[in-house]
Amino acid sequence: MPDPAGHFGPFGGRYVAETLMSALIELETAYRAAWRDRSFHRELGDLLRNYAGRPTPLYFAERLTEKAGGARIYLKREDLAHTGSHKINNTLGQGLLAQRMGKRRIIAETGAGQHGVATATVCARMGISCEIYMGEEDVRRQSHNVFRMRLLGARVNPVSSGSRTLKDAMNAALRDWVTNVRTTYYLIGSTAGPHPYPMMVRDFQSVIGREAMPQFRRAEGKLPTAVVACVGGGSNAMGIFTPFLRHRRVRLYGVEAGGLGLSSGKHGATLGRGKVGVLHGSKSFLLQDGDGQILEAHSISAGLDYPGVGPEHSWLKATGRAKYVSVTDAQALSGFTLLSRYEGIQPALESSHAVAFAYRLAGRMRRSETVLVNLSGRGDKDMGILMELQEGGRDSD
Amino acid sequence: MTAIDAVFRRLRASGEKGLVVYLTAGDPTPSASLGYLRAAADAGADILEVGIPFSDPTADGPTIEAASRRALSSGMNVAGALELVRKFRKTHATPIVLFGYCNPFLRYGWSSLCVDAGNAGVDGFLVVDLPFEERGDALPSIRKAGLDWIPLAAPTSGMERIHAFDRAGSGFLYLISVTGVTGVRDSLPPEMATWTRKVAKATRLPVAVGFGISSPAMARAATRDADAAVVGSACVKIVEKNGRGPRGPAELSRFVRSLKKALR
Repeated sequence: MPDPAGHFGPFGGRYVAETLMSALIELETAYRAAWRDRSFHRELGDLLRNYAGRPTPLYFAERLTEKAGGARIYLKREDLAHTGSHKINNTLGQGLLAQRMGKRRIIAETGAGQHGVATATVCARMGISCEIYMGEEDVRRQSHNVFRMRLLGARVNPVSSGSRTLKDAMNAALRDWVTNVRTTYYLIGSTAGPHPYPMMVRDFQSVIGREAMPQFRRAEGKLPTAVVACVGGGSNAMGIFTPFLRHRRVRLYGVEAGGLGLSSGKHGATLGRGKVGVLHGSKSFLLQDGDGQILEAHSISAGLDYPGVGPEHSWLKATGRAKYVSVTDAQALSGFTLLSRYEGIQPALESSHAVAFAYRLAGRMRRSETVLVNLSGRGDKDMGILMELQEGGRDSD
Repeated sequence: MTAIDAVFRRLRASGEKGLVVYLTAGDPTPSASLGYLRAAADAGADILEVGIPFSDPTADGPTIEAASRRALSSGMNVAGALELVRKFRKTHATPIVLFGYCNPFLRYGWSSLCVDAGNAGVDGFLVVDLPFEERGDALPSIRKAGLDWIPLAAPTSGMERIHAFDRAGSGFLYLISVTGVTGVRDSLPPEMATWTRKVAKATRLPVAVGFGISSPAMARAATRDADAAVVGSACVKIVEKNGRGPRGPAELSRFVRSLKKALR
């Protein structure tokens, strides 16, 4: 998976303007050549180790496990990677690729700003000019990350169209790319977009699962009963799922943004509530109305606030290999609090969704069973939102 | 022979170049939009491209994006656009191409869409984000209904791709003049002329050049080695300025006449 044209069963593919087709083909060729090249892996491996701080630890969350009262909970600590999330795994890989392709300018979209920061970081490291597209709403709620990107020398372009979130940032980035396609590398941050991005981003992120599997075996002497990760576009989930896919007894759970609740219509549960369609270059599940117009997603976490999802997740859902569930804003916040109070770890609001679900799941499982959670990012960037919420809460008291 | 083939045969026989006018369906309202389409046809547009509004038009610049938003707020959708074509057909024979993005078409369902479109009087489809590689979604249904699938070629498409479009497409080949999104431009890139000549030689299909053409002089220059010019954003700007106002169709018709005059 995928097939040579980038299809995961009926999903995926390349649904883009003709102007971008040759760039995608060129990118795929360059990527396949790099992936076969030992020197590319040597260079990437060195950066992942000495620059990004890999391998990230696997941590047994002892007090959280006790509190849940069931399965043993382990955290794969992507929050400890350089720049604060798993996003650096992919930006280092694609950054090296852009360098090989001789591109002097990189553009990217970002929601929570984690991918934007990871892209700006890699551009600074490699001396490539960097422009980031970010919805105005996200610029507001993730201002900490906007500041970081600017300090790293990137230009941040706020996007004021549509819902002013990740979807609109991606629209703007695609418009930039179609205009500057000959000189510019588009560094997509999730397992979404046209082929080869879903495959390529998955491959770069699968370092998470490739590390976690032997780490877990060393700790428990077996594979986990369940693996849990949050899903927006789906890169951290594909990253940890991929090596486990062929171990059919390992249950895989993707946790989507339940927002204010699925019945409220204000959520980001694309796989839970969406229908198949085409957006941003691939065929996948989508939040859309009966006319095929894209609906606005909602989530407290900017990184999950996206009406689409990577095509491989649609395939895993269709085949039943992975299960997709959702966690509301309020439940995610209690996941955040729980991990803060019981483990002294403050997860990103995105990852808090995975924590909240894993905690509930573990509570229903046997003590001999185990849950592996991908803790995809740390919560520093969310302090502004959390403060706002607490002040808001105090006002209403 | 389809209605679009007939148009290009007539144009070639009379030695003139074609004019393709793009307007967004339902901009600013369904009935006003019908008035603009009729005005464009009466003023001499040879083919009309009727745009289906989409919430996320990533190949369009600000002008057509805004038209899309106006049309969506007037309640326009694929069924509404077919209704518009049905009404237009009562009075006019000008060929109509539905121009849009995959998702609204996909949601309607390609097989029923093509049947309904054929019945409404649509002549062909132009789908911006359905490249040659993904044509399997739509092409069988389009062919079955006897409609044209108009391929898009870009300055970045190699000749190999042009040959593939030539084999798979019908009606005409839409040649995108610049790397970029739709929108009014002051000039076309200088390498455009050579590229157009090369493409025109390589295909049996008539070639229509589009993206950025906004004046009679530009239309004339763009069609030196092509069969037609597509004018979109410049026409949409007239709709944007006049809205439902009574003078809108007349202003569009003056503009279309000036374009057509330059192509004779």
